[in-house]
Amino acid sequence: MVEETPWQQALRYANRANPYPFYEELRKTPVSRQPDGTFVVSTYREIVALLHDPRVSSDPRKCPVPAGAQAQGSGESVAEPIREVLTEPNIITCDPPEHDRDRRMMMPHFVGPPHAPQLICDLEPEIRRIVGGLLDDMKGKTRIDAVDDFAYPLPVTVICKVLGVPLEDERRFHHWIETALDALDFGPEAASEEIRSRQAGARQAVQEFGQFAADLLDRYARQPGPGMLSALVNEDGPEGRMSKGVLASNALLLIFAGHETTVNLIAHSVLTLLRHPDALEKLRRRPELIVPGVEELLRLESSVQFWHTRSAVEDIDIAGTTIPKGAPIFLAYGSANRDPERFTDPDELDLERRDNQHLGFSQGIHFCFGAPLARLEVQIAVGEFVRRVQNPRLVEDPPPYRHNQIFRGPRHVLVDIDGIRD
Amino acid sequence: MTLRATVAELVREFRASGRIVIVGASLAGLRAAETLREEGFTGSLTIIGDEPYEPYDRPPLSKQVLKGWVPADHTKLPRMREVDADWRLGVAATGLDRATKRVRLADGEQVPYDRLLIATGTRARQWPNPTEAALQGVHTIRSRDDAEQLQKALAESPSRVVVIGAGFIGSEVASVCRELGIPVTVVERGSAPLVGALGGVIGEIAAQMQRDHGVDLRCGLGVSSLEGDSGGHVRRAHLSDGTAVDADVVVASLGSIRNVEWLEGSGLAAGFWGVGCDAGGRVFDINGVVTDSIYVAGDVARAPHVLYEYQFLAMEHWDNAVFGAEVAAHNMVNLEPHYHPHLLLPGFWSGQFGVNIKSVGVPPFGDEIVFTQGSVQERRFAAAYGHRGRIVAAVTFDHGKWLEYYGKLIERSGPFPPPPPGWDQPPDMKPMPAEFPDPRVPTAVPDVVLTGHAPSERTAEFRPRRH
Repeated sequence: MVEETPWQQALRYANRANPYPFYEELRKTPVSRQPDGTFVVSTYREIVALLHDPRVSSDPRKCPVPAGAQAQGSGESVAEPIREVLTEPNIITCDPPEHDRDRRMMMPHFVGPPHAPQLICDLEPEIRRIVGGLLDDMKGKTRIDAVDDFAYPLPVTVICKVLGVPLEDERRFHHWIETALDALDFGPEAASEEIRSRQAGARQAVQEFGQFAADLLDRYARQPGPGMLSALVNEDGPEGRMSKGVLASNALLLIFAGHETTVNLIAHSVLTLLRHPDALEKLRRRPELIVPGVEELLRLESSVQFWHTRSAVEDIDIAGTTIPKGAPIFLAYGSANRDPERFTDPDELDLERRDNQHLGFSQGIHFCFGAPLARLEVQIAVGEFVRRVQNPRLVEDPPPYRHNQIFRGPRHVLVDIDGIRD
Repeated sequence: MTLRATVAELVREFRASGRIVIVGASLAGLRAAETLREEGFTGSLTIIGDEPYEPYDRPPLSKQVLKGWVPADHTKLPRMREVDADWRLGVAATGLDRATKRVRLADGEQVPYDRLLIATGTRARQWPNPTEAALQGVHTIRSRDDAEQLQKALAESPSRVVVIGAGFIGSEVASVCRELGIPVTVVERGSAPLVGALGGVIGEIAAQMQRDHGVDLRCGLGVSSLEGDSGGHVRRAHLSDGTAVDADVVVASLGSIRNVEWLEGSGLAAGFWGVGCDAGGRVFDINGVVTDSIYVAGDVARAPHVLYEYQFLAMEHWDNAVFGAEVAAHNMVNLEPHYHPHLLLPGFWSGQFGVNIKSVGVPPFGDEIVFTQGSVQERRFAAAYGHRGRIVAAVTFDHGKWLEYYGKLIERSGPFPPPPPGWDQPPDMKPMPAEFPDPRVPTAVPDVVLTGHAPSERTAEFRPRRH
């Protein structure tokens, strides 16, 4: 049997809780070609260079051999089920000028000053109310699940409000998202029977999810309502309106990204602080450290560990290697954020770290659209958790992880507590 | 005691009880002071500034302040740390005596120093006719007071504004006028706006942009005189082609003058282009010998740049003031081999007519230009400048996120034209002449100046040959 590459090992489910030793091995070859032809970039400097390189495409349609295809031995990418349903691109799966135009059209309905500079900060009271309610509900309990009881409900409620998605549909799309994510695997296990059998389910889930988004948009076209999606459907700006397909694709992206990533970030933040009681205590004493602290937590356990839709549209010479035209490129943010060439003592948690320009939200033109909202949610959630939860203790370390590698996060984080302060 | 130990002891002693004087209380002066403290300097620190204000930020003055979004007195620079300095604000430095190591002040006082940092920056070039310049309604824009007065004048809805000079400041003023719905005429001696900084090809795009926004743009022309009414208020500008424009407000945006007059007679390499120094901010004397105790940073400094064939560069850029000050301050409290170089890749931004213009490198060092990304028609693009087959600068219109890529190419002296992008290619990717004006043609002075050599200014005494 051929020995697995560090990257393949990092992607194995058994190593989900701690892929970092494999990343460390991986960084010895900053740009490493994998057996399936994918080029994995693992060092900070190289990733930043490629994020700003106009020869790198984010449009999977421009990649002749999709990532993961050979691993599966089918010539079909592991992401194929999603792609065939989402025929239209969204802002992270297309290049300029389409990307720039669509992002420009979405921005004013989110945070784009001068159009809506207050939109995110005006959500603060609502976020505090939700977080407060979640903590109140824990009163009387001695054991909680920091994922189900805390990390999950907040982002999903907020993103529904921002986008204008009815919260009562949450159970349905939560199921679709889970089903789709569980079938998406970029590691050696992608070829396993189990994963392949999940793909049919994923295909159907994405199909139904797409239909759900299309119906919602139709409804807003007939009768405008609150939130960003309705505003985009009824957009009447100088650049016209997005096509229905593109709009549906972006709606899916925002619902998806808006809660998946933030859930993992809150869960990981709680988990990391429980593993570092000194840091937790420091944050309790100095609540103002929550702002740099969240950046550090995001660096240490970045929500999106790598991204899979990029490819080289020209030959690119980098770090002594040529990434040939047409090759898929994986940018391993999770590895870059612990690159010792960039961060001193990268595996240490330092809530006061200076010069902490992590890649937790990426960089360049695809810099996370939702970053300002995610930051505010996590700052409030983690800050309040630290302030109000009495004597929290981790029950199981490492906790069980979800299957997906890109949106890596614990499925449950059980915590024993003495009580909830007011 | 060894020599090494003695030197180390000297450095320690200087840091503990030396006297440092900073002349100039703006961005560079403040950042230098903060860095000195950061580096462990605990001696006495005096900061001299001719304005009565604490250090403030200038970029908002020609934008947010003029628009009326932010009051001029709300531009104070944030403090990164305590500086514990003796601030002498509202009093100008008038002379430098290097023999006795004293700075002379306008109020007659003399401030002794062990080490001196020159950070006196530049001032606005005034309208050359003093009588006309004194008319009410004639403005320049450089200081907080200037911005406050001009903002007030614009808030009174003048019937028309005439802007003389279409460099960055002039163009930004014109942009603000249009946003406020005020009719504006821009008069530029060069062939187009921004032509000195970005060349004629980009200048033509900037010209079209101004016209699309309703600016009455007159290029290739000068203003020959300003005419006032009986009340001493400006009412009309006479142009060099014999025409005249009625206006209630005139903004002279004629570039800047380096504040070096106070150094006259000091024997330092100070002149029209600024104060010459090495890459570590150590000032040269008129013979080109580096001084031991005098440093310079910010707009007034000019230093050889390794990427630009060791041409002396003077950069009127925000980050040049910050990083130059940090390097100079570090070097002031260290000795060889612990000196740092200030090797910044120049860069600036400007906001005008709804477009974010950014540049990296030194465009006027290039003689060719090529559009590399986006669409000129939509005014969202990137373009690269080349010189002898290598990339030396880039400019973006609403494409700033790509600047980092071009910056890296420039740092590595990458090829020109640069490798083509994989997508969003402009229809025409052929390099063409960048069309920078002949340096003898007057135009609003660009904000990076290749100061080169000026043999006629040379005042060195030459050593006679020994036979």
